[in-house]
Amino acid sequence: MNTLSYLLLLTFSEGGEKGGSPLDVNPGVILWTVVTFIFLLLILKKIAWKPILNSLSERENFIKDSLEKADKAQKEAEKLIADNKVSLVKAEEEAHKIIEQSRELAEKLKAQILDESKSQAKKMIVDATSEIERKNAEAFNKLKSQVADIAVNAAEKILRENLDKDKQVKLVNKYLDDLKN
Amino acid sequence: MWINNPNIVTDTVKTAVEATKKQDTSWIMHHVLDARELDFLPFGVIHLPQLHLFGIDISITKHVVFMWLALVILVVTFIFVARSYKKSLIPRGITNLTEVLIVFVRDEIARPTIGKGNERFLPYLLTAFFFILTCNFLGLIPYGSTATSNIAVTATLATISFIVVQVGGMMKNGVFGYFKGLIPHGIPMWLLPIMLVVELLGLFTKPFALAIRLFANMTAGHIVILALLGLIFILHTYVVVPVSISFALFIFLLEILVALLQAYIFTMLSGLFIGMAVHQEH
Repeated sequence: MNTLSYLLLLTFSEGGEKGGSPLDVNPGVILWTVVTFIFLLLILKKIAWKPILNSLSERENFIKDSLEKADKAQKEAEKLIADNKVSLVKAEEEAHKIIEQSRELAEKLKAQILDESKSQAKKMIVDATSEIERKNAEAFNKLKSQVADIAVNAAEKILRENLDKDKQVKLVNKYLDDLKN
Repeated sequence: MWINNPNIVTDTVKTAVEATKKQDTSWIMHHVLDARELDFLPFGVIHLPQLHLFGIDISITKHVVFMWLALVILVVTFIFVARSYKKSLIPRGITNLTEVLIVFVRDEIARPTIGKGNERFLPYLLTAFFFILTCNFLGLIPYGSTATSNIAVTATLATISFIVVQVGGMMKNGVFGYFKGLIPHGIPMWLLPIMLVVELLGLFTKPFALAIRLFANMTAGHIVILALLGLIFILHTYVVVPVSISFALFIFLLEILVALLQAYIFTMLSGLFIGMAVHQEH
């Protein structure tokens, strides 16, 4: 190193006789550089690189874990949503089925009720018809007897009113005349 | 207008020619080179202590001071950042900035280049990245100086990278296994001596390239900025001021990019070499 620097010094010595060459190697600077650098390396390794690198990897691991956790949670949530969807579809089907069933039941019930009421109505009509006929007959009978009564009464009244001798004689005469003819 | 005055034009040309004749570039080099004092002109100059140990000059220089400044800034910043992580894992304020860079080094440099087992080299790569980045940026502030534009600094950083690469490779594959793995499989026996030399050379050219790349990149931008601004004083005219300033500003913006880029490249290549040494099967 020394001979090399002398050689280089010789080549560049023309440039600056006063201040020396930039290629001068000062052994003191070498020593101080070694001391400074080694000291800096040791002190920074202890106070800086170890804690800082540990903190960085700790944080990176934390972020990685968090991301993994978030991923897992998201997958779980997605699974849950899918499950929910399936159960929702199932529930919908169930509800549909129930509605269908109840509709069927209602339909059946309706038909039954309708039938029943129809037959009842028919029966009622028949009953009513027979009742009316019976009542009619009864009324007719009553009317008949009443009319007969009234007629007899009227006849009686008329007979009583018109029972005088002249008229009767005349009438009998008239009848007799008629018979003669 | 005074531009049309032939006297001034010849004057400026004469000055420029004289300046070129003198080849006095020391004023540029003064800003780029290491120094034994801290300039705070016009407020004053701080002279740094001169130290000697076993006959070697280990004086504190300007670049050493700025390396220490980088060290202090980094330590204070990261104490704050580490404490903010203890409070909450959510980054706020300056923690956001450092986290971007840390995660960048980890995810874009260490993991792709080294792969399995990158955690062991991460502290080195992070330290190298932030140290080089801070040194690069300290050169861009007023009164600042770029420690990474000193070849001694970059060579030392590259040597440390080289040692990390070799030790990392040897720890993974064993000392013998590592050197055996350097030579590709299935080559003829007679090529072995040549391959040995080539591979050994390749081993040393990598850190050499690292050192030169960082040094040259960090030096060049400053020299270009200084040369552009120096144009004003060399030509002794206000005409070049807008040109010089706008060009210098452009180079300065480019230097911000280069400061980031070189820290990234140094770290990335270190990681790549570590990866090649650790996983020799590829």
